[in-house]
Amino acid sequence: MREMTAIVDTSPDSASASQAGITAEIAAIDADYHRSGIEETQPRLDYSPYRSSLLRHPTKELHHADPEAIELWAPCFGASDVAPVEADLTIQHTGEPIGERTVVTGRIVDGDGRPVRRQLVEIWQANASGRYAHKRDQHPAPLDPNFTGVGRCLTDDDGTYRFTTIKPGPYPWKNHHNAWRPAHIHFSLFGTDFTQRMITQMYFPGDPLFALDPIYQSITDQKARDRLVAAYDHDVTTHEWATGYRWDIVLTGSARTPMESE
Amino acid sequence: MSTLTATPGQTIGPFFGYALPFDGGNELVPPGSAGAIRLHGVVTDGAGAPVPDALLEIWQADTNGVVPTSAGSLRRDGWTFTGWGRASTDEDGRYSFTTVTPGAVQPDSAPFIAVTVFARGLLNRLFTRAYLPGADLTRDRLLNSVPADRRHTLVVVPDGGGLRFDIRLQGDDETVFLRYPGHHR
Repeated sequence: MREMTAIVDTSPDSASASQAGITAEIAAIDADYHRSGIEETQPRLDYSPYRSSLLRHPTKELHHADPEAIELWAPCFGASDVAPVEADLTIQHTGEPIGERTVVTGRIVDGDGRPVRRQLVEIWQANASGRYAHKRDQHPAPLDPNFTGVGRCLTDDDGTYRFTTIKPGPYPWKNHHNAWRPAHIHFSLFGTDFTQRMITQMYFPGDPLFALDPIYQSITDQKARDRLVAAYDHDVTTHEWATGYRWDIVLTGSARTPMESE
Repeated sequence: MSTLTATPGQTIGPFFGYALPFDGGNELVPPGSAGAIRLHGVVTDGAGAPVPDALLEIWQADTNGVVPTSAGSLRRDGWTFTGWGRASTDEDGRYSFTTVTPGAVQPDSAPFIAVTVFARGLLNRLFTRAYLPGADLTRDRLLNSVPADRRHTLVVVPDGGGLRFDIRLQGDDETVFLRYPGHHR
């Protein structure tokens, strides 16, 4: 790996590499992964095709820790934190946002299949044109005055979340020349203990940019990558109103033994 | 033992700044209130450069070592200690929280603040602990399991501005980051 790092352009934002070069790096890592025969389920922190990771990944092994004390508990959120309207990203302004109205819903469970109840879910995303309402996103696609792209909700007693939004567009970025991210929605998730905290990205099925994207490909295992792809669900789709996608989420196994009351 | 495979994480990316931070997110207690302390530091990369697009979260017990069970972190009422806070780094990689010194939750372990780190360029979140300085650190199980020359990366340093806890994502003095059971590769 060190040798490979030495020959690639390590400037995080120079956008000098070609897509063919990045794709070849992804393929080389993929071949190594299959030769290793050891299954991975999470992204690699050290994944050089994603240039910004070069100087931002720990080089030492993560240190084993048995969760204790505060780590056995999760922060608590409630109705005082989140208004129900925050789950609908299409009604935050005076007009209707442009794009495909979409419902995204699913269940959040822990590693033993127990629902994560009444817990906070936060999302953010680009608009239908692939533009974020963020000052650092300056690529020439239109902002939508009726779409901010930020939502929150609490899961229900069954661990189910549900957002109404606009399907985001793909967008260009500066990892390499002509780099485009597959359309995605960022998800921020809490569990029933601190160790389950995670942030991830949900993708849409069949995106032609999957194979080209170093962030998605930083998860080296296809089965694991598939876990980030929502499924089109016609039972979620509603007549003359919105398409529907289902995406279920599994958090790491809860470290805390549940009490009788849970 | 978990029976389901966890959903993979992904980087927080560059554009969380208009979505995740919220007013008062880094003020677990009002600045200047009785017992308030400042926990602050710099997040740096492997070249020692500041990381201006990181997000930190802390989670901790109150001064008596009681784990908070109150909601209200996102819309603080100024009176309820929820134990959880969120801060993004500024252009110089600096972050700051106003909080209280946590008490020990368990008699056999030293008090610490649990910390989660997210950043553009960081493909999955990192966990660490910020221990408060004190004599009882010598018998803490986790600290004793860390090589002696890296232990200091987990302990805050009192300074003029409060308690300093720098986070080095990579390099010679890299912060010790944690892997909990059930966190697979």
